[in-house]
Amino acid sequence: MNVTIVDYNSGNISSVINSFKEVAKDKVNIEVTSDINKIKSSDKVVLPGQGSFKSCVEALKNIYGLTDTLNEFAITNKKPLLGICVGLQMFADVGYEETETKGLGWISGKVSKIDNQNGKFKLPHIGWNQINIVKESKIFQNIENNSHMYFVHSYEFIPKDTSVISATTDYSSNIVCSVEKQNIFGTQFHPEKSDKIGLKIISNFIDL
Amino acid sequence: MLKNRIIPCLDVKNGRVVKGINFVDLKDAGDPVEQAKIYSDGGADEICFLDITASNENRDIIYDVVKKTSKKCFVPLTVGGGVRTIDDISKLLNCGADKVSINTAAVQNPNVVKTSSKKFGSQCIVVAIDAKKVGNKWEIFTHGGRNKTDINALDHAKQMEDYGAGELLVTSMDKDGTQTGFDIDLTSKISSIVNIPIIASGGVGNLQHLADGIKLGKASAVLAASIFHYGKFSIKEAKEYLSKQNIPIRA
Repeated sequence: MNVTIVDYNSGNISSVINSFKEVAKDKVNIEVTSDINKIKSSDKVVLPGQGSFKSCVEALKNIYGLTDTLNEFAITNKKPLLGICVGLQMFADVGYEETETKGLGWISGKVSKIDNQNGKFKLPHIGWNQINIVKESKIFQNIENNSHMYFVHSYEFIPKDTSVISATTDYSSNIVCSVEKQNIFGTQFHPEKSDKIGLKIISNFIDL
Repeated sequence: MLKNRIIPCLDVKNGRVVKGINFVDLKDAGDPVEQAKIYSDGGADEICFLDITASNENRDIIYDVVKKTSKKCFVPLTVGGGVRTIDDISKLLNCGADKVSINTAAVQNPNVVKTSSKKFGSQCIVVAIDAKKVGNKWEIFTHGGRNKTDINALDHAKQMEDYGAGELLVTSMDKDGTQTGFDIDLTSKISSIVNIPIIASGGVGNLQHLADGIKLGKASAVLAASIFHYGKFSIKEAKEYLSKQNIPIRA
């Protein structure tokens, strides 16, 4: 099996690569590339993302044919895709970081700044927070409710259809921290930095 | 609920772990990769490496240390010390650091913070502030605490937030190495004027100091070196201690 981590200059993806390689060992081939032919032929795709919504969307667009390839992979062919952090946020129709930017539109909704209640909550939301699993998700198999995951973000994804939400976390309000819509998975937290429990989520995705 | 973080810090010189007492008098104490792994297995919420390698020819050793560590530790790894340019940041991130801490360069050329937080995202830019009390205010010191700048630490903190820093690592030069606790006044003042998380550093000698940093110093995270490093306390003991005081901690 081939799992491809999309390398589209979206910032630091070393930790994502390291964690997937750790979980995959020799069983699964982990490819790190922006080559659209390799993405097309892979079984699963991981879409990481760091920095701003705008910079990530622009970085995706800068690679010719990449957005179309991802659309074909996730929407037409319905193959498993995992978005992490801004990778998840880009599923939305629109994001409001820096300026209004169109997202991939895979899961209807918007990405806006976390309401920090006039400074009561510090931003970015950095550190370990518990996830409240609200629906069964394939990537949460053998993950206990209220497990701690590592977060670092200032913006949150607000999907229109709440049935896609698989987990939330409590920081000033209930923030969507995981979604599942058919073959599309996303986590706002960083499984690659969430210790053994995070590696388990990665393993669940690889084993889908 | 978001948990407060405990961050063990390893001072690394020429690829080996040392701990400075007031930034001088260093003792050799082991392999950073192994140490980091022990900490992450023991429940550390994050690991911090401070590279204090002085000579330029040995500066590249840290990249190798970071590379090896990031393949073994799956908690966030922050690396600081001698980070001057966008290229330095980029190299560290490519080796597997999750955050880079910038100190002297952030004072001499604040634009490096602006540019790097735009390029890599605020989430990986930590600005380290080394401050010392001069009269009734705190002043920034650079170059590992050797150079006075006449810059007010509070003004600098605010500016760094405006320039896109994701976190501030606040070290009291007066307290560092003394084991008498954080400079609570300094930490809480900075925490109250900025809206980004503060990591308190410098002076931890016992577990109550960690609790004070969070409760009184209003720090989101507490960083300590020697109390963990010489086996005085384990991360687990620290977490149990803080939990008993109702401080939210990742068990």
